[in-house]
Amino acid sequence: MTLVKHELRQGKTSSLVWTASIGFLLAVCIFLFPEMKGQMDSVNDVFASMGSFSEAFGMDRLNFGTLIGFYAVECGNILGLGGAFYASLCAAGILSKEEKNKTAEFLLTHPVSRKRIITEKLIAVLIQITAMDIIIYAVSVGSIAAIGEAIPWKEISLLHLAYYLLQIELAGICFGISAFFRKGSTGIGLGIASMMYFLNLIANIADIAEFLKYITPFGYCDGADIVSTGKLDGVMVAVGAAIGMCGIIFAYMKYTNKDIH
Amino acid sequence: MEIIKTTNLTKYYGKSRGIIDLNLTVTQGEFFGFIGPNGAGKSTTIRTLLGLISPTSGNAMIFGKNVAQKKESILQDIGYLPSEALFYPGMKVKDLLKLSADLRKKNCTAESKLLCERLQLDTSRKIDALSFGNRKKVAIVCALQHRPKLLVLDEPTSGLDPLMQKEFFDILRERNKEGTTIFISSHVLSEIQRNCTCAAIIRDGRIIACDSVEILSKTSAKRITVHGIVNLKSLDGIRDRKDSEDSISFLYSGDMDSLLRALSSGQVNDLTITEPDLEEVFLHYYKKDGDAV
Repeated sequence: MTLVKHELRQGKTSSLVWTASIGFLLAVCIFLFPEMKGQMDSVNDVFASMGSFSEAFGMDRLNFGTLIGFYAVECGNILGLGGAFYASLCAAGILSKEEKNKTAEFLLTHPVSRKRIITEKLIAVLIQITAMDIIIYAVSVGSIAAIGEAIPWKEISLLHLAYYLLQIELAGICFGISAFFRKGSTGIGLGIASMMYFLNLIANIADIAEFLKYITPFGYCDGADIVSTGKLDGVMVAVGAAIGMCGIIFAYMKYTNKDIH
Repeated sequence: MEIIKTTNLTKYYGKSRGIIDLNLTVTQGEFFGFIGPNGAGKSTTIRTLLGLISPTSGNAMIFGKNVAQKKESILQDIGYLPSEALFYPGMKVKDLLKLSADLRKKNCTAESKLLCERLQLDTSRKIDALSFGNRKKVAIVCALQHRPKLLVLDEPTSGLDPLMQKEFFDILRERNKEGTTIFISSHVLSEIQRNCTCAAIIRDGRIIACDSVEILSKTSAKRITVHGIVNLKSLDGIRDRKDSEDSISFLYSGDMDSLLRALSSGQVNDLTITEPDLEEVFLHYYKKDGDAV
């Protein structure tokens, strides 16, 4: 587990900054809620009647006046985008950075098999994502308690679980990409995360693009669906898990035989 | 015992040549020099030996084990010094040395301390802040601290000052005496001549000469430039002769004594005798090959 430790140390600053930023934004959002709550009755109608814009963010189906409705839209977007970016960034660079920074010659000439290197790096990515999610979950629940609202445990937990799965899936895809590239993999990682986000917005707006929800992990993170049904869409999660797993398998297949320059 | 043995080792990067049919044997205890200009295939050979890249065809054995199959157990006993010493950002020297030892599951503290003292390396500093030469020292300690049976050194002295170069080669010679096999790639001919027992010369991806350094140096020519009037007709071993108004320049690989006698019978205003640069040595080996055909 030498490499896991090493990777965690290397990624410490980045993961602290991302966790703190997302946690801070979530807390700020939650602390804004009491103030907005009073005005929500009138605002709710406005938000719900902006046509496809409302549909894109699920605001036609959520009640902004309730904490969970507010949380699912506002905090959902912060957690969704922020978490997706961090997970992609973290996984997309983890293998390729060795060649990009020319440290591969150091690492890969030690008596450690490529398989082991891939596995330990993957574990390091998962630990960093998991740690971030646990901290952010605690910050969220703590902030809700601090403003004196009842904590909607089930919905909040489901939302956070969905975003956690989304991050793992994106990390899996980006991990695969990381094995193929020497340079520029982080850019591709961020690009994929953004693309997935916008695919979901399109799927929400246009009925004809509904199928896109099965491709993008944001599909199973839809706050409106989760809050109204009280569960995650099993099919979408399964498709997502399969896609993420493919990324990881590709990483093993490519990196174990890769010529290192 | 054969420490390194490659059989028809070939590597193509797509269509471009890396190395072709490389047959190389390094036996235990040898101080082996591997000479060639940039792009001749030195690094490709080393990378293939270390399993960083897989050969297109042929195979490489180290310690009698196939690199493709037993890479991890082979690497346990190899110390590798890359030509470009680059490390992880933000790490201190001692943390990196510890990481390297941990990856080998070995405790190298004592040996590492000894080496750092000899090379005057401050282990509490951050690697980012080190000069190129000092970073090279970190790489040297990494390659040596686990006392490997085989040392693979890729252009080891670039960036080291002359004093450190001397200390470094002293350490290498000590290790060599204790039985460590050393494989050193370089384009500094004098370095190879002074330290190595055997050497191979690689050109355009092929080994063009491989012998003891003694024999190689005998055939390796000197570049001679004479200002004045001399008669060189009686001399054998003159090539690449260039005549200008008041000087003659040529590569000489014949008997030194006859040359001196020929020069002393003429009128010499100025004379320089230098090591031929690498290009000329290659020219020399290339010509010889051509003659043989």
